[in-house]
Parts: sequence; C-alpha cells; structure tokens
Amino acid sequence: MTLSPIDYVSLIIYFAFVLGIGWMAKRKISTSEDFLTSRHSVPVWITSLAFIAANLGAQEMIGMCASGAKYGIMTAQFYWVGAVPAMLFVGLFMMPFYYGSRARSVPEYLKLRFDEKTRGLNAITFAIMTIFSSGISMYALGLLFELVLGWSFTNSVLLSAAIVLVYTLLGGLTSAIYNEVVQFFLIVLGFAPLSILAIEKAGGWSGVSARLQPVMSHTWKYTAHASENPMGIEVFGLVFGLGFVLSFGYWCTNFLVIQRAMAAETMAGARQTPLFAAFPKIFMPFVVILPGIAAVALMSMSTGYTIPLKPGGGYNYDLVLTTLMAKFYPAGMLGIGLTALMASFMSGMAGNVTAFNTVFTYDLYQSYMKRDAPDKHYLWVGRVTTVVGVGLSIGTAFLATHFNNIMDFLQLVFAFVNAPLFATFLLGMFWKRTTGHGAFWGMVTGLVAGGLTLGLTVAEGKGGWIAPIHQFPSSMAQNFWIAIISWSACFLVTVAVTLVTRPRPESELKNLVYGVTDLPRETEMPWYKRPGPLAVIVVIVLVIMNIIYW
Amino acid sequence: MDDLRRPTGFLFALLGLILLLYGMFSSARAELVPNINVNLWCGLTLLIFGGIMLWLSYRAKS
Repeated sequence: MTLSPIDYVSLIIYFAFVLGIGWMAKRKISTSEDFLTSRHSVPVWITSLAFIAANLGAQEMIGMCASGAKYGIMTAQFYWVGAVPAMLFVGLFMMPFYYGSRARSVPEYLKLRFDEKTRGLNAITFAIMTIFSSGISMYALGLLFELVLGWSFTNSVLLSAAIVLVYTLLGGLTSAIYNEVVQFFLIVLGFAPLSILAIEKAGGWSGVSARLQPVMSHTWKYTAHASENPMGIEVFGLVFGLGFVLSFGYWCTNFLVIQRAMAAETMAGARQTPLFAAFPKIFMPFVVILPGIAAVALMSMSTGYTIPLKPGGGYNYDLVLTTLMAKFYPAGMLGIGLTALMASFMSGMAGNVTAFNTVFTYDLYQSYMKRDAPDKHYLWVGRVTTVVGVGLSIGTAFLATHFNNIMDFLQLVFAFVNAPLFATFLLGMFWKRTTGHGAFWGMVTGLVAGGLTLGLTVAEGKGGWIAPIHQFPSSMAQNFWIAIISWSACFLVTVAVTLVTRPRPESELKNLVYGVTDLPRETEMPWYKRPGPLAVIVVIVLVIMNIIYW
Repeated sequence: MDDLRRPTGFLFALLGLILLLYGMFSSARAELVPNINVNLWCGLTLLIFGGIMLWLSYRAKS
C-alpha cells in the first residue's frame, strides 16, 4: 500500500485537531478530580459514544475483520451476545451503586463496599493489565504499519504515543472522552464505505452468502455442537462463557468503560450511557465484521483479491482490513481510512491511560503511599502517572518485539482476569451479607482456578504447561471454559467464606448494596429516556437482528 | 467546556471538502471499483455530516 500526499493531509489535520481538543479541555482543569474523573460534567450523548469507542481499539477493528473472514457472521456474537446484554445489565442494575456510592473508581467502590485488601488486589491487577494491554496494542499497530506502509516501527509507535500523551496530559479524562467521540465518528464514516463497497462488489448479502460455506452466514444455526462451526464452541459455552461470564466481567466491572459512564452529569445520565451505547453497538458488526466476510467471497470470484499468506503458510487474517482498504479506497479516501485506524488506536490507548492514572493516583498512591496531601499534590501525581503510564506502555511494546511468547501468554491470562470479578460484584451489590474476606478469597481462588485450568488444558498448541489433561477444539472454546471455571470458583468461595465471617452492619452499606439503597426513579422523565423502556427497545432490536441472521 | 459538536463539525466539513474537491479534480480510482468515484461520494458524506453537526450546534446556541 502506498500513500499519496493527500492521504497525509487528512492524517495531519486529524492530529492537529486531536491536540486542539486537548487544549480546549485544559482550561477546565484545576483539581485532581477535574483531571482524573471529569467530575460528573460530561453530557450523556458524549459519554455514551465514548463508552463504546474506548473499547473500539485498533486491535478490535483489525481482529473483528479477521474473525469475520475466519468465522463469518458468527463473529457478531461478540457484540450481540458478548456485549449488549451486559451493557443493559450495568445500566439498569449496577450503575445506581457505582454512581450512587460516589466512588471515583471501580476499585474504590470495592473499598467502600468491602475492605482495603479487596481494593488493593483489584487495583494492582487492573493497573498491570492496563499497561500491558496498551503496550501490546501499540506493538500490534507498529507491526502493522511497518508491514503495510513500510513505516519504521519505532517512529510510528513513538509518534502515536506522543500524541496520545500530549492530549491526555493537557485535558485529562475530559479530553480523552471528547476525542473518543470524534474517533467513533471517524471509525464509522471511515470504515462503513469499505463495508458497503466490498459487500456490493461481492453481489450484496445474498451474493456473499451464496459464495460461502453455509456456516459463515449464520449466527446460531450451527451452534448445537462444537464440531459444526469453525469457532469450535457450542451453545452453552457461547451463552454462559461469552455471553455471561466474559461479557459481564468486562462491561460491568472494567473501570476502562465504567469510568466513561461515571463521568456523566447525573445518575440518570450514568444509567442511560450504556443503554444509549447499546444501539450503535448492535450495528457495529456491519461496519467491522462484514468487510472480512466479503473478503472471503471476493476470493472465490475472479477479482484478483486474495488474503495474504503468512510466511509459514495459512492466511494472515490480520491483514484483511488493510488489504481491502488498499483495493477499495483510492488515494484520498485511503487517507481517511488510515486516519480512522489511527483514531481507533488512539481511543483505545487513551482509554487505558486515563483509567490507569486514576486507579494509580487514588487507589494505590493516595491509599498506600501518601494519604493526606493537598489536592494539588494528587493533580501533580495524576499528571506524572500519565507520563509514566505512556512510558511503560512504550516499554512493553518494545519488549514485545523481543519476547513474543511472553506477550502471547499474557494475552491468554488477561482473557480471564476479569472473569471472576463479576461474581464478586454480583454478590457484593445484590447480597448484603457478602463480606470483605469472602470477596477477597473468592477473587484469589478465581484467579488461581483460571490459571490452573490454563495449565491443565491445551488448544491450538497453547496452555497445558502443567499437564495437558484435556484438549479443546479451539482456543476460543478454551478461553470460554477457563472463564466459566474461574467465575464459578470465585462465586462458590465468596459465598462459602461469607457464611463463616461476620457481615458489615446494614447502616454502613447505604448506597452500596441492593435492598439498603433508595433506587433512582426517573418518573419525571419522558419514557424514551427512562432506563426500563430503553432496555426493552434494545432487546427488541437485538432479537430482530438475531432472527434475521439466525 | 464548549459544545463538542462545533469542532467536530468543522473537522468533518474540512476533511469532507478536501476529499470532495480531490474527487472532482483528480482521476484517482480504486483497483476493484474503477467506475465509482469513491472520493467524491465519501467526501460528500463527510461534508454533510460535518454540516449537520455545525447546524445542530448553532441551533442549540440561538
């Protein structure tokens, strides 16, 4: 792929704009909370779009297109089963406690609800995971730009990191959230034409499905047995593993996304955030997954398009998105497409950085290192942490070039770290007896159980370093089952330990637990803004989509 | 902070205008869709989107 001067013009205009937003947001910052939490000042349409954009990193875009080519429309399950139900749950049932507790972060909620050690464990695992994820996605992007555009790995990593650093340092969370909205629009407007052109070229959806294996154009039809579909997963693993444990673990407990909702101006806004976000989320597969499916159909036509091969043989699915762009976008639009890819990378990274600096400043530094400093000090620490966080991510990206296997392994581990957490939050928010000891030991057992399962099972040559006692048909199936086991272990141990330890008095649990909290009643609002009716509409749309692509 | 729709509108209108003009005055075509002027149509879409954002922002102000 070669770029023309016009393509660089779009990229440069966009970079200048991003920094300008950072500059605009800077004027509002005078306290550490302005910088780290936006202090409940962001309008709801902005938090809603940021809520999904923070998750739409470059790896997601490239990965979803690749999965589309590999697994077909079944990939949409990652959105329809693996995101939307959890988004409804967090908006309807959990946000009253997150927002109502006045916690500044998810670990801080755990401190208010349980105790210090529960917060500490969650804050440390979250901080480590955020840095590594951000570094790994930086590595993936640098590699892609090197391969596709011939840019230097070092320069593209340093340039993109520097821009993210400048705008998050200037305007803090507000600047990151505002930019995420623009990034969302760019992603949609930059990638949707690719989807339309590729599908159109392959003869529309009917033409595409006629050219493919039947399994590629259905979401549910071939999930009765794991052997029937290329994902190697059956309906129980899909619904319980992906749809319940992994998805709720991510969307309901990951501070990266919850932070966006918590920045809303009001409780009603915080609850509407994931509900409004569910609408674009339902339709994102048409933008990010369809091009990958069309790519496979195009290969069976005499268009000259083929998915590039890996050096060792087999298709390199990660290149589907960029090779399609090169074939369908002329100089000019190619620049917009590339800008969209860059935007998705920056939104993902800024999300990680802004979540990391809040958790580090409030949950680690303020709790364990320096408790009673004036606020100015924490604002300074927040800024320093932003620089350190970006620096550590860059370090991880370069480390990944040397220790590829370790990074592969870490990604396997990160896939289940969040899984047990949802059991902790579910019990903590809806069962007032749950104790801090129960939550802590549940989390520990969940992580250990997940690690053990990974050590005892193999899939696609991964895992099983203790003793390979079970073989999964695919790494996806392995990942879902590790999550299920890890979640169940956490749930059972939390309940067991809770029953033999002393619960906190109810008076201390107000605004933290269901049953001792006055729930918000948005009766004065028009029906289409109330969480309940909104969720019903989302469910109806979701069911229709599942029927169409059954 | 200022209304985000205004800067967003400016960005997309500018990107769209550049792309639209480029589509009108250059012969750049994509390999697989040689008879569609992708730049023209996408530029127009971006410009219209930017325009809508700007219009919403000015309407809210007045």
